Amino acid sequence: MVTVEPASRPEPRWVDIAISNLLRGGVILSITIVIIGLGVTFAHHRDYFQSRPALGELTRPGEHYPSSVQDALRGVLALRGQSIVMLGLLILIATPVGRVTFSIVVFLIEHDRMYAIVTTVVLLLLLLSFVLGATE
Amino acid sequence: MQLHRVGWSEDNRVTPLLFIISVATLSFIGGFVGSLLGLGGGIIVVPVLTLLMHIDIRLTIGASIVSVIATSSGAAAAYVRDHLANIRVAMFLELGTASGAITGAYLAGIIQPRWLYILFGVVLSYSAVAMYRGRHTAKRHVVPGPLARRLRLASSYYDDAANGEIVYQPVRPGLGLVLMYIAGAASGLLGIGSGALKVPAMDLAMELPIKVSTATSNFMIGVTAAASAGIYFSRGQIDPFIAAPVAIGVLAGAFVGSHTLGRIDSHAIRAIFVVVLLIVAAEMLFKGVRW
Repeated sequence: MVTVEPASRPEPRWVDIAISNLLRGGVILSITIVIIGLGVTFAHHRDYFQSRPALGELTRPGEHYPSSVQDALRGVLALRGQSIVMLGLLILIATPVGRVTFSIVVFLIEHDRMYAIVTTVVLLLLLLSFVLGATE
Repeated sequence: MQLHRVGWSEDNRVTPLLFIISVATLSFIGGFVGSLLGLGGGIIVVPVLTLLMHIDIRLTIGASIVSVIATSSGAAAAYVRDHLANIRVAMFLELGTASGAITGAYLAGIIQPRWLYILFGVVLSYSAVAMYRGRHTAKRHVVPGPLARRLRLASSYYDDAANGEIVYQPVRPGLGLVLMYIAGAASGLLGIGSGALKVPAMDLAMELPIKVSTATSNFMIGVTAAASAGIYFSRGQIDPFIAAPVAIGVLAGAFVGSHTLGRIDSHAIRAIFVVVLLIVAAEMLFKGVRW
């Protein structure tokens, strides 16, 4: 039996390259900030190179790091190492959401209404799950 | 008798600097394996942090979700460019994982995890056996249905190991969507990386080439993890001092892994995936029985 493949092309190159560049950009930006933040942390706390008890404090849940965007940004302005690391991590976390949002634009440019709608629904579901989870 | 084990974080010989270096090095392996298999790195990062470093489980979960996102974004940049990840398949199936994750979070208080662990342990074991046999032993020609054609899912990629262009037509997207919904719900309920369920669903139901399944799973896992990560962050479960070396190591590992997948033989990827799947299945069955 011969199955006739339906005529279907992969995405045009520019779509792949645009999405790939967005992911790469997000990753490079976030990791650069994380590394700078770690550098600042160690510069402020020279004892971290040899201090023993400090690690227990650093790896316990607590108040020594921010848990809201405002706190993180305030800490960054105060040049706190942990807050700078957190800013980098937040950019890393935001990258996949940015990818979904960006894809909607890409599909619209390609006049691909079906996938623009699919991707918009995915984005709305993501935001819904975040809101539901955060208000728990 | 109380057994007190001294974890790394309490060990007097371990300085913060040594902690950062060791966690980053071990996370590299997680990112490498995760990017090859579409799993997200948690399978290495979680045992390293809990068993070796004795980190609080809440902070381990926070670091693990960061590792999933790092693997996903780090590897997908290469997979999308090389056409190994199928963007349309991913976008369509994300409808299932995203809605499943919401359902899972809601059911979390209602369903007893014990039976879920046993159920998914059995499902994963079955998937491992089915994937080991390989669907190619029974090579049938499945004609793509109207939905598969309407979604224009067909694509191709250049396989370095096989030295040629591999053209494929995904089938049964409806079944794939239902399975992704279940995978999303399971990850919401049990907090497991849903890659272990996503790859078999794409392989067995939609008949994608194995490398396309793992690469597309990689592309997808970051999206669902991002919503959870936001929640964990606001609950104070993301400790930058733990998550930073995890992110750095995993990203480096995912970068190397994503540039290696193309050159590895498909049969080898399938074999490694089956072994890892069996380990995950055994772990779930164990958790369920011991509950």
